[in-house]
Amino acid sequence: MTVPAVRCTGLRHAFGDTVAVDGLDLEVRRGEVFGLLGPNGAGKTTTIRMITTLLPAPPEAITVLGRDVARQRTAVRRLIGYVPQQLSADGTLTGRENVMLFARLFDVPRRDRRTQVDAVLDAMDLTEAADRSAKTYSGGMVRRLELAQALVSAPQLLVLDEPTVGLDPVARDGVWDRIAAIRAATGMTVLVTTHAMQEADEHCERIALMHRGRIRALGTPAELKAEIGPAATLDDVFRHNTGDALTTENGGMRDVRAARRTAGRVG
Amino acid sequence: MSVLPVAPPAASADTEPGPLRLVRTTLSRIGTMCLVELQKLRHDRTELVTRAVQPALWLIVFGQVFTRIHAIPTGSTPYLDFLAPGILAQSALFIAIFYGIQIIWERDAGVLSKLMVTPTPRVALVAAKAFAAGVRAVAQAVVVLILALVLGVSLTGNPLKLLGVVVALMLGSAFFCCLSITIAGLVLSRDRLMGIGQAITMPLFFASNALYPVELMPGWLQVINHVNPLSYEVDALRGLLVGTEATITLDFGVLVVAAAFMITVASALLPRLSRG
Repeated sequence: MTVPAVRCTGLRHAFGDTVAVDGLDLEVRRGEVFGLLGPNGAGKTTTIRMITTLLPAPPEAITVLGRDVARQRTAVRRLIGYVPQQLSADGTLTGRENVMLFARLFDVPRRDRRTQVDAVLDAMDLTEAADRSAKTYSGGMVRRLELAQALVSAPQLLVLDEPTVGLDPVARDGVWDRIAAIRAATGMTVLVTTHAMQEADEHCERIALMHRGRIRALGTPAELKAEIGPAATLDDVFRHNTGDALTTENGGMRDVRAARRTAGRVG
Repeated sequence: MSVLPVAPPAASADTEPGPLRLVRTTLSRIGTMCLVELQKLRHDRTELVTRAVQPALWLIVFGQVFTRIHAIPTGSTPYLDFLAPGILAQSALFIAIFYGIQIIWERDAGVLSKLMVTPTPRVALVAAKAFAAGVRAVAQAVVVLILALVLGVSLTGNPLKLLGVVVALMLGSAFFCCLSITIAGLVLSRDRLMGIGQAITMPLFFASNALYPVELMPGWLQVINHVNPLSYEVDALRGLLVGTEATITLDFGVLVVAAAFMITVASALLPRLSRG
């Protein structure tokens, strides 16, 4: 049996009295594109932050490629490439400098650094813009630059938090095309959160629908749709499983502010 | 599409790093962050000039006037020579104390999360930031020192002493940068940090030997002066640059301990910052 890319067992996390993740069981297989879906406040980001070691996880609750996130944090971080929801590239540096920084932070050996940085910039179609300051980039280019930053260390698990939020349709396709190409070239596992149902349907092999801190539905997009009815869309699956989620907004002020700010910066 | 790097099997990386590895990683990360700081400075050189306005005013206006009226007795050292190292330390303080604002900005922009998902121990991340602030302070110091030379301050040309100046500035900046990150970790908001930063920088500056000799201070101020790391920084800078009497060993001792202590405290608060 192969080791799963991510396994969460009975995962819980509370902020004060608010339970964000409530007994979550989840298994992401190696090499798949796995979508974590759910309304604002469902616990997606908290789950991602625990998997990426940003929030403390209890021992044995999460493993990443067989390593316990609570006990082998440094080893886990070496395996992960992470792109947060916000546009996080440094505008005062050039594209190449942004990627080079992460090559150094991941201890890419000096002799491989230049070739590896060039390779990821090329894979993200940023070679021409590489020596321009990142503040001149469009929203889609910044996203691709962040993918390059995350990929330069050759991670085995790529974690993307809302990778297409605030991007126009062409830029969205550009990002998804690159993700598919990377996956095909390297066989790495991709874990992505989104609430864009259409995108999840097209680009994820398996989907987990999260609501109020738990997984409510799990399967391929086709399986999930078939459960609801012959002509069902993922939106119907979403509504069926989250029920009142669309009417009772429970996304925090900070979520909304972060999303708006990202959208604002993309323009 | 060109060939993407494929992960090498890294068996040795599975155990958590020991102390020796931690020191190596920390030094390597400090180098990386200092390099990034220099790259940023190269792209935005106007900042070096705009930030030099304030120290320039202190030297040109305050320094010149007080030298002329001989209001502050500084023995055989001209007042402007006495003042220049103080202003150097002050400009470094002003740069470092607002690093917390940068950290909060980095948190809001997701940059901090991204840095924290790299195989970098918290303490290395904070130390790297701290010394990056130092690099900026040193770059600023070059501008201030050139100005001091133009105004006729006689400065040392001894390379060893100048190296000492760089080290003192780096350590002082590391302390104040981490103080600022610590406050950022406690208040978690840019606005409040701005307020606190402004409220503490001037008292730190006035309760130090930057503008006047310790002997002129009232007793209570002398007490504060003795626990203020800025005073030790100024004392070292003054001793090295203009050759006044200084307790160099004690100064560097205090600066090293203060910087190490503050780096530790700030590292402990970093997860709170990335979480909040």
